Amino acid sequence: MTTKEHDASVYEDIQASAEFQDLKRRFRRWTFPMTAAFLAWYLLYVVLSGWARDFMGIKLFGNINVALVFGLLQFVSTFAIAWAYSRHAEKRFDPIADKLRHEVEEKIK
Amino acid sequence: MKSETLATILFLSFVALTLGITFWASRQTKTAADYYAGGRSFSGVQNGLAIGGDYMSAASFLGIAGIIALSGYDGFLYSIGFLVAWLVALLLVAELMRNSGKFTMADVLAFRMSPRPVRTAAGVSTITVSIFYLLAQMVGAGALVGLLLGITSPSGKAWTIVGVGALMIVYVVFGGMKGTTWVQIVKAVLLMTGAALITILVLSHYGFNLSSLLGEAAAKSGKGANFLIPGLKYGTAAQGLAGKIDLISLGLALVLGTAGLPHILIRFYTVPTAKDARKSVLWGIGIIGVFYLLTLVLGFGAAALVGGKVIAASDKAGNTAAPLLAKAVGEIFLGSAGGTILLALIGAVAFATILAVVAGLTLASSSSFAHDLYAHVFRRGNATEREEVLVARISAFVIGAVAIGLGILAQGQNVAFLVALAFAVAASGNLPAILYSLFWKRFNTAGAVSAIYGGLVSALLLVIFSPVVSGSETALIKDAAFNWFPLSNPGIISIPLGFLFGYLGTIMSKEYNAAKYAEIEVRSLTGVGAEQATKH
Repeated sequence: MTTKEHDASVYEDIQASAEFQDLKRRFRRWTFPMTAAFLAWYLLYVVLSGWARDFMGIKLFGNINVALVFGLLQFVSTFAIAWAYSRHAEKRFDPIADKLRHEVEEKIK
Repeated sequence: MKSETLATILFLSFVALTLGITFWASRQTKTAADYYAGGRSFSGVQNGLAIGGDYMSAASFLGIAGIIALSGYDGFLYSIGFLVAWLVALLLVAELMRNSGKFTMADVLAFRMSPRPVRTAAGVSTITVSIFYLLAQMVGAGALVGLLLGITSPSGKAWTIVGVGALMIVYVVFGGMKGTTWVQIVKAVLLMTGAALITILVLSHYGFNLSSLLGEAAAKSGKGANFLIPGLKYGTAAQGLAGKIDLISLGLALVLGTAGLPHILIRFYTVPTAKDARKSVLWGIGIIGVFYLLTLVLGFGAAALVGGKVIAASDKAGNTAAPLLAKAVGEIFLGSAGGTILLALIGAVAFATILAVVAGLTLASSSSFAHDLYAHVFRRGNATEREEVLVARISAFVIGAVAIGLGILAQGQNVAFLVALAFAVAASGNLPAILYSLFWKRFNTAGAVSAIYGGLVSALLLVIFSPVVSGSETALIKDAAFNWFPLSNPGIISIPLGFLFGYLGTIMSKEYNAAKYAEIEVRSLTGVGAEQATKH
């Protein structure tokens, strides 16, 4: 390891590189809108639970009503987003991150 | 054999097994990385199970089943908030924290800022959140004791809490993160098995027809179809608009709290790489999600087969619904002996749950005390590793003793509700600072300190002036009324305040370190220089 100042300039070089900016953009472009989407979907459920109880009480099959199905759909969407994130991260983030990591580790040796 | 005896035997077998694990782990715990992070050598799947073990607390098992049993659908709101919250942790926090931190939440903040004020703030916040959470677990322990061991006298309950607390201290002080993680794994497997067994028995009693289970739960509750929609507990007509806003507030606290919980955040350090952290959260989400589906059946099953009156008579907040259901289905399928056996089994599992979660919380708060406050603030980074681990062990002992004291004092609130307060404090005090620190270039020391103290203090003050503390029938102080804040969960006000304080603190200070931001951004996204697993 060299001095801290030297490391910092290595990090700034990497940060300014097109590849890192690409990784950062890919990461933010996927995770930020997705976070906004699942939070909105969840808040819609909470707001309907407070203000739309007649709608939530509509029976779909037997005693299974909209409230229950809506709640179960939150489970489904959570599982689906978690799975999609891990697939996407493996394919689109990890290869760039690994490459950059090897590059930096070479430079600060 | 009586149920109390059998429950005691089963519980003691769990204790013997976990003490064995703790002894084994203590012999492998040599360095600070071993004590705080289990040597970073757990696999993604193992840590995923441990995440489940840490998260499926008394609140999830006893509290949610209890709220569903007494108030119907409203309990399900908790399950959903607790689960969706994991997406925040997965997408925004887990991997980036693993890459840029070392042992505690404060490591990530101290990375780019003036370490002493930031570590002090993060340490105070970690310990506060953990104590709120500990309180909830101890209340659960007290409620169980009366039911399972037939101990109803206050002094008997107090002694049981002392026993639970003493065991937890042993796990943490001797086993460190390695011992505690294995205790979580064993407990997660036991809890999932126990909950699945009761769920299958309940469903088979109704011919695997969920609709007829719900129908009977609704009919028996006396509330009819209203039992199956939101609104019996939160946002009732009598509470008016404040009640509905309270529901939103609770929802926000649940979904944003998880990624700010110290005992969850330190779990990400127990795996070798960020990819394993991702994998462990995926496993955690799977396990926790399935478990909440089981508690839905447990709650409605308890409403249908035990009935709200019997449950409320046993524990007015409903915390004993799940064990009572175990007894009822045992009797249906296997006669009175079956009821005894299942009650003992589920009771022992619930005790194991509490013990494990309490150990995780104690580890998180004592780690933060030793690593952040002692080693970096008091000793300005000059403490040796041995000294730091010794201080961590001593503080685990002290925090354990505080938890025992609080557990004896606080009884009678619903456990899930108390945990929701801990979530609100975590979401207000910790989450804004963590997110700003990872994603906002301009963020600085003044911003971090004001985000943490601002969020923490506003959450705590709003709780103090809420109906939880005074002026209602279920308040802690019944005789006084200083409850000018109408909501029982502060999240809707205190979480935005945490973000606002962080923003204002940042822009009012000129401090800005581009080089440090470059370093944390590169490190968090690529894993350069991330802490490595220790090799034995």
